[in-house]
Amino acid sequence: MEREPEVTAPPAAVEPVAFELSPTDPLMHYLQQAGGPVEIDKLKLDSPGLEQMRKADVALVVPLVSQGELIGVLSLGPRLSEQQYSADDRKLLENLASTAAPALRVAQLVREEEANIQARERYQQELRIAHLIQQNFLPREQPDIAGWTLSAFYRSAREVGGDFYDFIELDNGRIGVVIGDVTDKGVPAALMMASTRSVLRSVAARFDSPGTVLEHANELLCPDMPPKMFVTCLYAILEPHSGKLVYANAGHNVPYRRRIDCVDELKARGMPLGLLPGSKYEEKDVMISPGEIVLFSSDGIAEAHSTDGEMFGCPRIIDVVTHHASSADLRNEVLDSLHAFTGAEWDQEDDITMVVLDRLPYDASDFAASGEERLATFEIASETGNERAAMQRVVEVVEGLGIDPTRLDKLKTAVAEATMNAIEHGNHNDPDLPVTIEVTKRPRELRVAITDHGGGAQIPDETAPDIDAKLRGEQTPRGWGLFLIKNMVDDMIVTSDEVHHTVTLVFSLGGES
Amino acid sequence: MDFSADVRQIDGLAVIDLHGEIMAGADDALTSGFVRATTGNTGPVLLNFADVSYINSTGIALIVGLLAEARASDRRILVSGLTDHYKDIFEITRISDFVTMCDDEESAAAAAKA
Repeated sequence: MEREPEVTAPPAAVEPVAFELSPTDPLMHYLQQAGGPVEIDKLKLDSPGLEQMRKADVALVVPLVSQGELIGVLSLGPRLSEQQYSADDRKLLENLASTAAPALRVAQLVREEEANIQARERYQQELRIAHLIQQNFLPREQPDIAGWTLSAFYRSAREVGGDFYDFIELDNGRIGVVIGDVTDKGVPAALMMASTRSVLRSVAARFDSPGTVLEHANELLCPDMPPKMFVTCLYAILEPHSGKLVYANAGHNVPYRRRIDCVDELKARGMPLGLLPGSKYEEKDVMISPGEIVLFSSDGIAEAHSTDGEMFGCPRIIDVVTHHASSADLRNEVLDSLHAFTGAEWDQEDDITMVVLDRLPYDASDFAASGEERLATFEIASETGNERAAMQRVVEVVEGLGIDPTRLDKLKTAVAEATMNAIEHGNHNDPDLPVTIEVTKRPRELRVAITDHGGGAQIPDETAPDIDAKLRGEQTPRGWGLFLIKNMVDDMIVTSDEVHHTVTLVFSLGGES
Repeated sequence: MDFSADVRQIDGLAVIDLHGEIMAGADDALTSGFVRATTGNTGPVLLNFADVSYINSTGIALIVGLLAEARASDRRILVSGLTDHYKDIFEITRISDFVTMCDDEESAAAAAKA
């Protein structure tokens, strides 16, 4: 039987001792300069590290220096033979140190890089989650509204961004439309975007006025807005049935509306959100007619640069909107133009966001579905007396509707007065500027929209005519036009933009067919 | 359509027969008619709208201006011949508060004596 080899117990393991040397410890500097093994007993330094070593019974320290930097030390206790370290021992240790130091440095760098990679992966993972969370803040689908196509585009420059848009369902079928941009990019902007979106949603549910909504949102955001950060934001309320769009703007890019003959800017004044408590927001409204389209965009488009440093700019956006083909998707047209300008290698500088409100042109099937029917659209030259022609034309248009003579007289007066105002006050009797008149019929309502080129001007507050004052000579005898119109029709809707001014006369048809 | 104003007297009542459309451009003829109707007498004046086909807000202003003149001289104004639509407008504008509204010339003549 073969005997098992005799096992000799290994020498008792020596517990390694770890020292932490402060970068300011004089021992660090000494060891860096030492150039070889150092006997602890011979050192006279006021050093906490040296004290630790002495207490741990360290006899010899071998500095590990790589490229002039102390990257570690080899600490040795007394020799087990209880003899002193010889010159050969020290030489051997010195050679060992010179070989081990670079290898140790490489190992340290590898370990640092691995830690960096892990941190980066963790960060990337967090960003991916943040991206998913942010995507959930954006509408998953656009409102489906008869006669309209509402669409949006969002692409952040980084994993997460500061741009946002929203569609908020309001009462009576109205839709709140939001587009915004938080200064800066990345996570801070994304966090502020989420906060702003929540604030706007809560305030929009309480107020019907876009200006008031922005005013309250600003008050809520101001206390918590980090320094050097703010939010530009445009909030609009769309009334799909009538096409009325009421809007206010907190310093965001101006939307563009394409009409039949021009593109106009929907301007309204207001400070960005989060900058100044107590800010007020100008409110405007326009009527979006069938076939018209409105583009809201963020500055990531206008401020994109080509390879030679030229900025895309608003005029190029306007050009795209101007030449937009009704059958095409305006978002793609803008993006195609942008990419052609920036080149294929473009590193997107900022978030890009677009919201498009497209009121579809009428066709026979639309009329049938909506119960609305356009009876006529015509223009008249802005010459005194042409209001009579407009009036007569409207009478001919509505002839088959069975409107009784008394009510027809009211309609005639209202049309004539509104047209006269358009000729005189809107177009200043300039025969080159036409007045456009559109007559539409709904199941129980007739509408006559009279549009001139008097937009952009401040509409003065109307002074109600007071015949007592007029007879006393305290008021001019004139000033009856609007008063008469209001008393002739069931409702009068006034809308205006930078170019056009429209008065829509609403005339109930009651039991008339 | 042009506007004109003819003046005649019936039984101490100055009648201004208005013809056409009362709008911008009618002021000279209207003022001239009123001057002719009131020169040399302080009695009432009847504005006869029976041949008026159209009045716009400018025309309303002209009539109000004429009423202001009448009021300054404490002269009574009667109107007749208005269609229902323009009667309605005279009510809405409260012109009817400052004139005597009559259906026709005969009732106006009777009202003038009352």
